Amino acid sequence: MNAFETKHLLKRFGELKAVDDVTLIAPENKIFGLLGPNGAGKTTIIKVLSTLHVPDKGSAQVLGFDVVEEPQKVREAIGLAGQYAAVDEFQTGYENVYMTGRLYGLGRAEAKKRTDELLERLDLKEAANRPVRTYSGGMRRRLDVGASLVGRPKVLFLDEPTSGLDPKSRLDIWQIIRELVQAGTSILLTTQYLEEADELADQIAIINKGKVIAEGTSDELKTQLGGDIVEFGLENAGDQARAMEVAHKFSKAAPSFNETTLQLAVPVAHGAKSLAEIAGAVSNANLKISTLSLHRPSLDDVFLALTGDKTEQPKSASTANRRPF
Amino acid sequence: MGLFKSLYKVLRDTGIITRRNLMRYVRLPRLLFFSSIQPVMFLLLFNYVFGGALASSIHVPGGKYIDYLLPGILVQMVMFGGVQTGIGLADDMSKGIVDRFRSLPMSRLAVVAGRTLADAVRNVVVVLIMIAVGYLIGFHFHSGPVDAVGMVGVAVLFGYALSWVFALVGMAVHDPETAQLASFVFIFPLTFASAAFIPVQTMPSWLQVFVRNQPVTFVANSARHLALGVPDGGATWKILLWCIGLLVVFIPLAIRQYQRAVA
Repeated sequence: MNAFETKHLLKRFGELKAVDDVTLIAPENKIFGLLGPNGAGKTTIIKVLSTLHVPDKGSAQVLGFDVVEEPQKVREAIGLAGQYAAVDEFQTGYENVYMTGRLYGLGRAEAKKRTDELLERLDLKEAANRPVRTYSGGMRRRLDVGASLVGRPKVLFLDEPTSGLDPKSRLDIWQIIRELVQAGTSILLTTQYLEEADELADQIAIINKGKVIAEGTSDELKTQLGGDIVEFGLENAGDQARAMEVAHKFSKAAPSFNETTLQLAVPVAHGAKSLAEIAGAVSNANLKISTLSLHRPSLDDVFLALTGDKTEQPKSASTANRRPF
Repeated sequence: MGLFKSLYKVLRDTGIITRRNLMRYVRLPRLLFFSSIQPVMFLLLFNYVFGGALASSIHVPGGKYIDYLLPGILVQMVMFGGVQTGIGLADDMSKGIVDRFRSLPMSRLAVVAGRTLADAVRNVVVVLIMIAVGYLIGFHFHSGPVDAVGMVGVAVLFGYALSWVFALVGMAVHDPETAQLASFVFIFPLTFASAAFIPVQTMPSWLQVFVRNQPVTFVANSARHLALGVPDGGATWKILLWCIGLLVVFIPLAIRQYQRAVA
């Protein structure tokens, strides 16, 4: 049994194909990462899987239940936490989680017990009896995740759970996600943060303009791009031409130059050996360099290589701290 | 699932949502304060600004405009209360709470029904406050307590039926400002071109054709009949049929809209 799967899923909004022939299979008890820029179709896929949208073509199942044929069965099995924290401002944190528990069908005593448990674990116990409108962004997001967990969902959909959060709150959410998977939950996590997918997801699908453009583990995706990269930074922009000449000699594919950071990235075949050779060549050519390093390609590199589209590249968490809309 | 079990679920979930919506007034008492002050303000303005000019053209026992006015203005206020249903649902949609509710294994009826019921409760409170203020400025029931309760019932029932109409509007436009604007486009002509404030025979004859046959006139005449004992000309059964008709048509439409509603 798979946690969820989609087959040739298509969802249109007017002319726009928000999701275009997407087939995904997610095994149980894993984190499936859906990575892509704004407007790629991530949220639409989550909305189809959580029975909010009816697909135009193709099918989607959660734990074997079809989202169109047996939506109530799907709803009993899932939890959903959105990009914007869908909690009620006027109720307290406690009331929000308790109400959601009752709507999952829990009895009063069980809903209360579960609410106490979750608020404790999400570090919201002290704020439990305050109205949510007094909460910070990170607290709201934790509460939203808490509400999505109250029915003990087997499959949890987290739509950009950390977008707009500060680093501490992001790490908190990451920790919660890891604990959930250890406890047996299957998770679909969408993110536009490459590090987040790299850090958490067992399996990653990269999605752009409604289509899946690559799929695999983080390592597989990096290997797809091929081998190691030697990077060095120039002190003088005027050395660019000579530096590229050196780079070409050792490069197995086209080296790239970043004009802002003055960094050259050279895809190499032999890792450390290539690094040593490049260091020698740079020294012989009398190039002044500020940095020299060897690294495996990041998901950033994978994404850029796949889309060739710099403007819509997913953000890296370190540079992006604004909400995506 | 058995019939009783699903009926229990509808009632339980509707109760939970109703409570959630009413909680807003408890947590934000100024919301309740201002939502009652507006009807009272209308009552005072109409009574003291228009009352003098209109007293001569109305025919009620005792001839006081406040007696004529109060049932009519109650009707207008319960209609405003109905508009709140659409605004509230649009607000919930725009904040993503409806997405959460729709992803839960709860009753498909509860979110809209819980909103309409909470607004009906609020309407009862507003109506009682208006009657109390009315008494302070000279209003009194000319009929017995049963009819007085009947008047409150007719007004609140009509507001409740309209709640479902505006629920559909609110979820279709899914934005609170648009919901408010769209609703008042209907509310103002319906209330002012009716018997709510002004005797129908003072209006031009072409307008009277519309005014005499539209539901706000029926509910105003029925409320006036129950409050003052004046003849209702069949308005009471007509408005009951209107309410049933609105509910039969708009409950399914609103629920269908809810099932499709995505922020």
